Amino acid sequence: MILLKEEKEIQVPKARAVKRFLKFAGLPLAIFTVVLVVPFVNGFYYTFTDWDGFKITKLVGFTNYADSFADPKFWTTLRFTALFVVVSLILVNVVAFGLALIVTSKLRSANFLRTFFFVPNLIGGVVLGVIWQFIFNSALVSLANKYDWEIFKQSWLQDTNKAFWALIIVTVWQSSGYMMIVYITGLVSIENDVLEASQIDGASPLRTLFSIKIPLMAQAFTIALFLTLRGGFMAYDVNVALTDGGPFRTTELISLHIFQDAFLEGDFGTGQSKAVIMFLIVAIAALVQVSVSKRYEVQR
Amino acid sequence: MNLRARVGKRITFGVGITLAFAYFFPFFLVFVNSVKLKYDILANPLSIPLQITWDNFEQAFAKMNFFRALTNSLIITVLSVSLLIIFSSMLAYYLARSKNKVSKYIFLVLVASMIVPFQALMIPFMARFAPLVSYNNRGALIFFYIGFGTALSTFLYHGFISTIPTEIDEAASIDGASDMVAFWRIIFPMMRPITATVAIINALWIWNDFLLPRLVLDEASQTLPLSTYLFYGQYSVEYGQAMAGLALAVIPIVIFYLILQKQFISGISQGAVK
Repeated sequence: MILLKEEKEIQVPKARAVKRFLKFAGLPLAIFTVVLVVPFVNGFYYTFTDWDGFKITKLVGFTNYADSFADPKFWTTLRFTALFVVVSLILVNVVAFGLALIVTSKLRSANFLRTFFFVPNLIGGVVLGVIWQFIFNSALVSLANKYDWEIFKQSWLQDTNKAFWALIIVTVWQSSGYMMIVYITGLVSIENDVLEASQIDGASPLRTLFSIKIPLMAQAFTIALFLTLRGGFMAYDVNVALTDGGPFRTTELISLHIFQDAFLEGDFGTGQSKAVIMFLIVAIAALVQVSVSKRYEVQR
Repeated sequence: MNLRARVGKRITFGVGITLAFAYFFPFFLVFVNSVKLKYDILANPLSIPLQITWDNFEQAFAKMNFFRALTNSLIITVLSVSLLIIFSSMLAYYLARSKNKVSKYIFLVLVASMIVPFQALMIPFMARFAPLVSYNNRGALIFFYIGFGTALSTFLYHGFISTIPTEIDEAASIDGASDMVAFWRIIFPMMRPITATVAIINALWIWNDFLLPRLVLDEASQTLPLSTYLFYGQYSVEYGQAMAGLALAVIPIVIFYLILQKQFISGISQGAVK
């Protein structure tokens, strides 16, 4: 009898705990699992089969991966994406940090300036891309013909190298406002007495910036670098709206490349294995970046 | 203030104002050309309109089905964000308060999932959900947004709930409130600042999202970015109309931002630091 009573006492709270779990966490976790986890796991499995979008008849080992790497266009895309990620990562963060310094420099117009810098970020990449498509394809070309500017006479979007810089310009314009907010948050979190102390010690503004401010706000750099790294690999909207991969699929970033492979050419197997390769690259790059930047963070 | 500091301030101001103009310039081009005649645009895209015409807006309004697209965007964004707030705040509350191993692992899986790009699972995703999408594509899209938004929203709520003392929960349960009542009546109202952050971050993402709507939505359910893109693709040679279409896509969110600017900025800085 005593044993039974004890069992009951343990079981009642357990049943209640399960009920509580279902009430609070059941539905959200179910949706998360169905929408994200299941397709993700499926995706891995599909790459080792002859999946054609509908059915699977047999396992094929690494054939899909071999096909992906045998595709010269995929290598073009990988190189183009790598270059895009590195250049946009550097420029977005340099510009954003500069903007944050301007906005936090106790100017009376600071809020007004901040508003302007942030606006492109509110608007989706497709709309921004289309605006710049008009600028590069029409506005600049007609101005170039009028004033005889050699550099803009032919649209930048028709030339692979110039189209790359067009993509970079639009990306910097779009993302720097958001990263500026991240850096502003970091800059204003530095205690005033530290800054006053450095001033009393006679440190120049530049010295204060590099020896005090940047080390004390290293966390903001970790976050902004992570966000731009991830954003660079995932860039799709601006790419579609600005060049749509042209000329001749030479400006395809990896997202667009996967989209074209799967939904236009119907190569589900190789498309998905390229998607898995993309995931692995993003995951490794992000882990390396975060662990390296974390080392520079100062414990306060 | 000494001379050097004053000169420094002037230079900062000069650089700042120049950059602000540069950042705004593309929008200026859109607005100025949206009321010009086609010939005037080609002759000089930079000039002030010699002759103002509203014809472009009329055409763009009708051709991109502006009100339908705006309504679709509003319905999808409002419903997705509201449901995300309800679900992720409950999930985060559960995970933050139950200190067992399972909760810890669930939280870890959620955090890890944030690194997965949508593109990595988009192909099997579309194959799997094709029937649901053809059944009701707007409903399906909202369902997907809840799935993809859960991780970050839960993460943000989780950080905030950890700062609310558990004594408050205990007091509520001693007073006889059930779990749900205690959560919705007492805890949830205390989380208003982080709810604002979650709402703004998700609303910006969902309002502007393009890839997922492009895959999922049919013509009648198109959102604003989608219909703008398709409209521009069709009418890009009708420069005036194309610019009017872009202006229509830009204006609603900019107005919203100017009204709620403080919340936007603090929402994003909150979201970034966590």
